[in-house]
Amino acid sequence: MSKVVVVTSGKGGVGKTTTTANIAAGIAQHGHKTVAIDFDVGLRNLDLVLGCERRVVYDFVNVLKGEAKLNVALIRDKRIENLYVLPASQTRDKDALEPEGVGRTIEELKGMGFEYIICDSPAGIEKGAQMAMYFADEAIVVANPEVSSVRDSDRVLGLLAAKTSRAEVAATPVKSQLLLTRYSPALVKKGEMLSVSDVLDLLGIPLLGVIPESKAVLQSSNKGTPAILDEETDVAQAYLDVVGRFLGEEREHRFIEEEKRGIFRRLFG
Amino acid sequence: MAFFDYFRRQPKSASLAKDRLSVIVARERVGTRIGPDYLSQLQQDLLAVLAKYERIDLQQVSVNLDRTGDCDVLELNVFLPVMPDAPMTGPKPPAKSLRL
Repeated sequence: MSKVVVVTSGKGGVGKTTTTANIAAGIAQHGHKTVAIDFDVGLRNLDLVLGCERRVVYDFVNVLKGEAKLNVALIRDKRIENLYVLPASQTRDKDALEPEGVGRTIEELKGMGFEYIICDSPAGIEKGAQMAMYFADEAIVVANPEVSSVRDSDRVLGLLAAKTSRAEVAATPVKSQLLLTRYSPALVKKGEMLSVSDVLDLLGIPLLGVIPESKAVLQSSNKGTPAILDEETDVAQAYLDVVGRFLGEEREHRFIEEEKRGIFRRLFG
Repeated sequence: MAFFDYFRRQPKSASLAKDRLSVIVARERVGTRIGPDYLSQLQQDLLAVLAKYERIDLQQVSVNLDRTGDCDVLELNVFLPVMPDAPMTGPKPPAKSLRL
């Protein structure tokens, strides 16, 4: 049984591609055959974050236009077994994304035995974003604890409820969960950042996890290695938890509270 | 210095953010989550059903969506002519109102 998952947010720069890379890598590490598809036609980046940019020959648009076979365009990750990437086109325009072609490609991936098909949505709520979510069974809504991101996430939830295949055939709605990224418990404690519960109150969807603000994200994208592979970091730990939860495990939420600090750092910090 | 900040409490910006967001999110949901396309479609479907039984004027049907607390209220107003077969000339017949 295959699952189509969209990673979406509305707002740009909140961590969709980072999340797609890490969750796809984490699910593949659990032994599930997984593909990450970059829907950001014209501005592809998933290949770069996953470190396979030099191996891109054909892309998603080539597949949609019948210029390349799907199994030729797919890039197999060299570090993680079971992980594949379908890169976006860097040059073509988004008009190539049509429901028929996208649906056909997703069906073909299912036929190839992919258990998880992770769709990395472009920012915005235009065609690319709508195509990325159209065939989704589940959605991971990525948000930062910040006003514009939360507002955009709410818009995206509206689209998930109305403009998806599941909404149109009146099937079970897309299961949407929140991933709060770039979270800073210290700022929340000071009352200068929206807390997890604030955002949950506003959006009204279940929490998949919290990813703390960390330089490890930048370092991992510099290297082209998903952060989840460097298990020492808090970001890797947080993503490992998220993947576990996503696959149905019970895992307590971490990185919500500030780590304990000494009295001197509190007074003079 | 953190020590002096302690005595200089200001309204917290996060609670301000939450207040502003709860207003804007609630307002935008009315327009998008139950979208205008859904409302107009519903209006047309209801109209088609009513037209089977009554002669109704397109302008005399209104569909509104209101929000009261946690509750969405869908209000449908249809004005039915008293004598559906009467000629439409002369003084307008008094209308009875059907409110669902």
